[in-house]
Amino acid sequence: MTAILKNRLFWPAAILVVLLVVNMFTSNQFVTVRDGHLFGTFIDILRGSAPLVLVALGMTLVIATGGIDLSVGSVMAISGAVACLLISDLGNQNSVGSVLLIIGIAILVSLVLGLWNGALVAVIGIQPIIATLILMVAGRGIAQLITDGQIINVQSGPYATIASGFFLALPVAFLIAAAAVALITLLTRRTALGLLLESVGGSPTASRLAGIGARRITIMVYVVSGGFAGLAGLIYSANIKSADSISAGNLIELDAILAVVIGGTALIGGRFSIAGTVLGAILIQTLGVTVVAVGVPAKATLLFKAIVVVALCLSQSPTFRQKVFGRFKPRPAVRAEVPA
Amino acid sequence: MTTIDVTPETGKKPESPANPRRRVYRPNTKYIPILATLALLVIMYTSGVVNYENFGQPSVLVNLFRDNAVLLVVAVGMTFVILTGGIDLSVGAVISMTTTLTATLLQGGWPPLVVLVLVLLLGSLLGAGQGAVIHYFKVEPFIATLAGLFLARGIALFINQSSIPIRDETWKAISEYRIEIADGVVTKPIAIVALAAVLIAAAVLAWTRFGRNVYAIGGNADSALLMGLPVGRTRIAVYTLSGFCAALGGVLFSINSTSGWALQGNGLELDAIAACVIGGVLLTGGSGYVFGTLLGVMVTGLIQTIIIFQGDLNSAWTRIIVGVLLFAFIVMQRLVTRKVKQ
Repeated sequence: MTAILKNRLFWPAAILVVLLVVNMFTSNQFVTVRDGHLFGTFIDILRGSAPLVLVALGMTLVIATGGIDLSVGSVMAISGAVACLLISDLGNQNSVGSVLLIIGIAILVSLVLGLWNGALVAVIGIQPIIATLILMVAGRGIAQLITDGQIINVQSGPYATIASGFFLALPVAFLIAAAAVALITLLTRRTALGLLLESVGGSPTASRLAGIGARRITIMVYVVSGGFAGLAGLIYSANIKSADSISAGNLIELDAILAVVIGGTALIGGRFSIAGTVLGAILIQTLGVTVVAVGVPAKATLLFKAIVVVALCLSQSPTFRQKVFGRFKPRPAVRAEVPA
Repeated sequence: MTTIDVTPETGKKPESPANPRRRVYRPNTKYIPILATLALLVIMYTSGVVNYENFGQPSVLVNLFRDNAVLLVVAVGMTFVILTGGIDLSVGAVISMTTTLTATLLQGGWPPLVVLVLVLLLGSLLGAGQGAVIHYFKVEPFIATLAGLFLARGIALFINQSSIPIRDETWKAISEYRIEIADGVVTKPIAIVALAAVLIAAAVLAWTRFGRNVYAIGGNADSALLMGLPVGRTRIAVYTLSGFCAALGGVLFSINSTSGWALQGNGLELDAIAACVIGGVLLTGGSGYVFGTLLGVMVTGLIQTIIIFQGDLNSAWTRIIVGVLLFAFIVMQRLVTRKVKQ
């Protein structure tokens, strides 16, 4: 029992379960089948959390190497802007081949942006927080230039599918996110890659001396983060069927970092949990949905979120737990089963 | 300026302390980022004067302080936090909370002085709370102040989601008051407040024990603790100061616009951080000056002025140019610090 309680993911998971249970009672359709698809609040949560899961996944890898990527929101805006601009120029917006090509181009652009971040961090040796701040500040300007300050609307069926389509009864956006999570989990936990990431996060110098290409790995994580941010940007813009260079991915870097921290990945690097990140991202999305569902007035939603975030951050601080709960807890040697 | 000769060495010991001749060159390297920013500012200003009519008028320069008063005050508080090696993401949200609260209370007929003191106290209190969480519970500054951001903006949205006009006489009087510096050059009281904040902060950082503690913690918090410096107190004080500055910025905002709005100051924290970096404040802490931050704010302000004078440039260019400048300055800082190490 104590082992479960002491797990860093226990409290986030418990809060998620509580929120889901609340949703089960407040929404009249939690999970139902309609037109051969799954519908309901739960499915909406899964679909809606896809961009955040993708961004947070990339962020987890970056943070595992001891870095941080503030530019994800701007990359989202740029990728959405590129895709919508190219699609709006198409003669036939419903051509699957062209849309796929454009999606490929947008993701390629995002990968290049990630490469820029990675080069700044690993080659020039700039602190990650500042290196990515550059693209965060400039990137939104670039996105605004691409769209010429307008909101570009597109009427493309295939493009809209990546956000609102269904495949095998499940939302396509969710499937994309799930595939990304599966791929990264496989790569990091079934190959040596995860170990290498953690060693670079623990000490880049020691890793390099041990023969690990620390620089290459650092660049790689920023490229991956850029790519996932670009994918998230595509899902976001496909969902609203337009490119909004100002609000696309606005503040998502903070939500993503929060998801990573809730998931038990320390910001100093050297350790990471993909399951935790996914849990964190879904928790943040569920919180947003629940706040509306239980009828908290719209003006209080952010305050509510803030209180939960503060509680979560404090509950994860070992010092806080020790200081607050420590005095209530008898010595573990005597009665170990008393919950903290 | 006021900050000469007081920075403790930040962890990088000279290889040969016995050789006195090497010391002659070293103080100069710490000023290189500031001097570069100053040079950039001069170049930008001269090119503005050459290219645009009326750019050379003193009011353009004076208006920089008026238009960037809020950013200046916030960036000054941010400088202290960054010097200790921390970061404060909550400042923009504290501004929105302050403007909303100020407008609401003034609408409710509270005496202006009470409102002023109350909002400044509240901002400081929020900052102190963040500092306490960071110090006592070892939550990372990034996360703790992010929670503070959500909290402050949450409070602002909870109070009122729409823009609230301020009709209080005192506030309006201050807003409409003009100070004539020279013939035809007028400025607003908020510019004077911002300038005063810079001077006071520079003096505090240069000549007080608190200022030295700030540099010491930024250089190496563990060494500072072992030296017996009050690390906890200083750290909490720094976040309190940043909260106070943000609240003061909010008050200036509400005076300038005679209104309060919960979405005010969105993203201002990043502008403040960018200004600090352009001004040569190292984000790792321990190195930088308030005067540098002032120059950083002036540079970003001057970019906007030039874009306005140019007229046909998309405002998106502001962000891109600031990004390019950030890049240039960071690379330069990197090269400078590398040289010092060798």
